[in-house]
Amino acid sequence: MTSSRRTVLVHLDTPATELSSSALELLTLGRSLGRVEAVALESPSLTTLAQLGAYGVELVRQAEVSEDLGPDAAHSTALVAEALARAADASGAAVVLLASTFPNKESAARLAFLTGAGLVIDAAAVGLSDEGHVVGSKRVLAGTWDTSCEIVTDLAVLTVRANAVVPEPAEAAVETTVEGFAVVPSALAKAGVPTSREVHASESEGPARPALAEAAYVVAGGRGTFGDFTPVEDLADALGAAVGATRDCVDEGWIGHDAQIGQTGVTVAPRVYIGAGISGAPHHRGGMQASQVIVAVNNDPDCPLFEIADLAVVGDLHEVLPQAAERIREHRAQA
Amino acid sequence: MAAALRVVVAVKYVPDIQSARAFEDRRLVRTSDDGTLNELDENAVEAALRLVEALPEDAREASEVVVVTVGPADAEAALRKAYQLGADRAVHVVDDALAGSDYHGTAVALAAAIRRLHDERPVDLVLTGMAALDGLGSVVPTLAASWLGWPAVGLVTAFTLGDADLSATRELDGVTETVTVPRPAVVSVTDHANDPRFPNFKLIMAARSKPVEAWSLADLEVPLERLSEAAGLPLPGVGGEGARARTTSAEPRPPRPETEVVTDKGEGGIALAEFLIRHELV
Repeated sequence: MTSSRRTVLVHLDTPATELSSSALELLTLGRSLGRVEAVALESPSLTTLAQLGAYGVELVRQAEVSEDLGPDAAHSTALVAEALARAADASGAAVVLLASTFPNKESAARLAFLTGAGLVIDAAAVGLSDEGHVVGSKRVLAGTWDTSCEIVTDLAVLTVRANAVVPEPAEAAVETTVEGFAVVPSALAKAGVPTSREVHASESEGPARPALAEAAYVVAGGRGTFGDFTPVEDLADALGAAVGATRDCVDEGWIGHDAQIGQTGVTVAPRVYIGAGISGAPHHRGGMQASQVIVAVNNDPDCPLFEIADLAVVGDLHEVLPQAAERIREHRAQA
Repeated sequence: MAAALRVVVAVKYVPDIQSARAFEDRRLVRTSDDGTLNELDENAVEAALRLVEALPEDAREASEVVVVTVGPADAEAALRKAYQLGADRAVHVVDDALAGSDYHGTAVALAAAIRRLHDERPVDLVLTGMAALDGLGSVVPTLAASWLGWPAVGLVTAFTLGDADLSATRELDGVTETVTVPRPAVVSVTDHANDPRFPNFKLIMAARSKPVEAWSLADLEVPLERLSEAAGLPLPGVGGEGARARTTSAEPRPPRPETEVVTDKGEGGIALAEFLIRHELV
């Protein structure tokens, strides 16, 4: 099977509004493996269609569920799995890619069960072996080991971490068409539709920041902030970064749970991670150690986070961060 | 809900995250030196114990918390830890043929053990932690539930049991969802679901002599067949040979380049900004 003929299905998380950067990353990655088709459980918006066209996707397969399961149907992970299984069957796909979110891991697991596909979770890179098998590579054990996994089944299912690749439109834009396909939901898929769903209105004040799990830049605060996240947010906004925190800060009620970076919170792997007033406990390190560049600011010269940092600034974050933010804004204004 | 409950808690034996974790021959080293009960599974054991403890005395007496693990011989330590917390019964699925299994192989073995328990006497609920701190895949609970034909709900912070169903609240990235599913179901709880208890002296002493049942794949032949029949799917292979996803390389990462240290004497912030500018990161 040549790479140009291999069909790669990309699951779209938010087709009804616009595609997130992680979806664009999947489309970019998918192009390196074969011919990309997208799968949506909701009707794609005009913005989404324009994005797909720019990324060279000619076909979106849209699931048409045989009964009305309400507005939150697309959040039944079992239903997503059943739709992807149908689409994989109809398209003869060799690969299905999903963004590595928790609900998508549920969908990917159930999809792999239904189709018998080999499964790799949290891939940071996806390629092909000499035999043409799909290979998912990931960074494990808190970023200390690199592993590669070869999928030997005809269909490969992978969830891919944010920032695995830089999103890049195709050389030439194409016309994107939408094609419906029927899905008859199982009892499990129906039971999986949430009875209520509340999107937190966090970040309602101030500038919109990127989602923590997907951000290319992350500025995180720890106990050393003493609950004042103003300098952390200021530097984050200068960089266009997401704001994160340690578990301590969440437990203290200084910041919402959504901001918690760590093995039990959000794991991040941005291009740049800046940790301020963070000692670097194993749980936190496990959630950020795969970051490409690590900067740590702490007034304790012995803080463990310095051991894994590329740049360690020994100093008070309340002085250092605002000064850095100002210099970055100057630089951006000149550029 | 005042009837007796039978709760299965699926747990995993993992290397302590503070230890020097490593791969050997492309497999994660899990030895008795640094192995432990996956910390996040303590929340699942705790949730199970609390469900039973909240029952009236008669129902409580007739209830059972069964911990199950799939893992190498040393994994018994994880079950002993669950005994220390207060579990009633422990089942260890252990077979040399399972070594090197992928998600599918591990999940079907776990599902078969749960099926066997369910065939003995119906299971009301399966609880597990939100992730294992070694692989962090979080997919084995969903895969096992799929083999059983039961719903799976992950990242649950709170749940209530109805007569025949279960209503769970889960915290996703920026979203709170409520899902109501029929029971039995497989539920993974987060570390925000509760604060796990510390083992007391009496239970620690008792845990030493409590029996752990070891089940091999041969002991699970009947339930495995039943799973395959019910799902209408062939069983996945187990072990490294049967894996659909095979680890082909595992390499330690090169150490990071030497840390550049700047001590703030009034210009630390500028040094930080210049570092990013110099490396073309802004």
